[in-house]
Amino acid sequence: MQEFETVIGLEVHVELLTKTKMFCGCSTAFGASPNTQVCPLCLGLPGGTVPELNRKAIEYTIKAAMALNCSITEEITFDRKNYFYADLPKGYQISQFFYPMGTGGYVEIHLNGSTKKIGIRQIHLEEDTGKLLHLGNIISSPYSRVDFNRAGVPLVEIVTDPEVRSAEEARLFLQKLRSILRYIEISDCKMEEGSMRCDANISLMPLGSKEFGNKTELKNMNSFRSVYKGIEYEVERQRNILLEGAEVTPQTRHWDESKGLTKAMRSKFVSADYRCFPDPAIPPFDPPQEWLEEIRESIPELPDSRFTRFVREYELPPYDAEVLTGSREMADFFDAVLTLYNEPKNVSNWIMSEFLRLLNSTNTEISECRIKPEDLGELLNLMDKEVISGKIAKGVFEEMFASGEKPEDIIKKKGLVQISDENTLSKIIDSVLEGNPSSVEDFHSGKNKAMGFLVGQVMKETKGKANPQLVNKLLKEKIEK
Amino acid sequence: MNVSKKEVEHVAALARLALSEEEKILYTDQFNVILEYIHRLNELNLENIDPMTHVQQLRNVLRKDIAKGSEKELVVRILEESPGKEKEKGFFSVPPVIEGFEMEE
Repeated sequence: MQEFETVIGLEVHVELLTKTKMFCGCSTAFGASPNTQVCPLCLGLPGGTVPELNRKAIEYTIKAAMALNCSITEEITFDRKNYFYADLPKGYQISQFFYPMGTGGYVEIHLNGSTKKIGIRQIHLEEDTGKLLHLGNIISSPYSRVDFNRAGVPLVEIVTDPEVRSAEEARLFLQKLRSILRYIEISDCKMEEGSMRCDANISLMPLGSKEFGNKTELKNMNSFRSVYKGIEYEVERQRNILLEGAEVTPQTRHWDESKGLTKAMRSKFVSADYRCFPDPAIPPFDPPQEWLEEIRESIPELPDSRFTRFVREYELPPYDAEVLTGSREMADFFDAVLTLYNEPKNVSNWIMSEFLRLLNSTNTEISECRIKPEDLGELLNLMDKEVISGKIAKGVFEEMFASGEKPEDIIKKKGLVQISDENTLSKIIDSVLEGNPSSVEDFHSGKNKAMGFLVGQVMKETKGKANPQLVNKLLKEKIEK
Repeated sequence: MNVSKKEVEHVAALARLALSEEEKILYTDQFNVILEYIHRLNELNLENIDPMTHVQQLRNVLRKDIAKGSEKELVVRILEESPGKEKEKGFFSVPPVIEGFEMEE
């Protein structure tokens, strides 16, 4: 059977975390009543108002461009992209068509133990549109409501080179991109809330070919999962068409999450012809060199270099390093624990098992979590000093997670200090041995399992507080006598 | 380079303008005269000249990211002037936007 190569280019839109819109002082707060965050400028009304460039929107876009390894344009300019649609009050969208903020960057993804670079063709700043709300079904709706609160909110568009080769690579790229953009704190990148949106241009070509096949543009994927499933479906659909000897029709298709398939959206409108030209109302802005330096210096250690540092300096397995550096908060937490308790693998184990389990099961963000890094460090210290056993430590940790109390307070309050006194343990072991003669017999007739049972009994007697190593040692000595 | 009547029709459609036959002929001629004039630039030697990004020699300044209060009364007045069906609920409304689209499996 003929083999194909998948070619995918992604276009990602990200809403910036600015307080105001791109060209006016209207608030960008999410969830306000319809049309309460609008003014004559963002409604596109005539009347002498002038677009005033938002410093933060420019700063955030430059910061993102730098974090994605792009070169920055010398002159910041804006152009008008002209089309008519009910969510676009001015009849044009302001964008950076001729000179994008950044070009020629890349993002690295980790795939099957190797690293792959996905090229970033460009990143530019543009304004969002308003929101159309249909009454019931989108097609039978007699008219549509329009809410312009979102019109003019700064939006960054990131366009990749056609170097993504599979649905899995697309997912990994998006996750890495989100991680980077959240590290630099320019967007919260919530796909479900629409602050991060992704379209995919997908085509197939015979393996080894240099010429791209006809492409479709896939829209309406609202989660990482639907990006993966949508692309997978579309690739398979195109493969079947090509295997039948037919041609893929270039078109825009919508991912239908509930039905799990893509649908064509045909338009009777004339094909897109945006007639872009420089916006005469927005003169160019030259970012001063010192400002650019300041922005560059404000970029924190990014996930990739942190990953490398965690593997090299802390000798963590790549899997651990990947999980720990996935979010800045998690990586900061890990680093902070290490300043008090310098056993990276041990800390990693605790974070990856106990901590992540509790965060997930209670649906808690690490930023709202009540455990402080120094408290986890202290807990691990107490374990190493054999003040408490590992098993008790897990219970204490859960308590710390729920109440935010310090480990030593919980241990004191509940009397959880480990029993490491030989005399005390000896007495308990003696009584356990006396009370379970048949298990002692079993042990002597070669049933090693009996040992485990006896240890369990000692633990039960001490409510789990006995020092396990010591119990094992003493029990062995006594039973083998 | 000549602009054809077909291109004038295309540009008119993009601008949602209905042109009469006479107008189409008139604008085709006018487009051509304008473009001919602009194309005189091609005769100049521009080798060492930087591309112009803007027609004015102005440089922009930046605004601080501080929200201004909402202009409730103004918005109410604007909504009153709109042809909408649900102004009292704070919505603008428009004819069905999906007309002209069809979904197919």
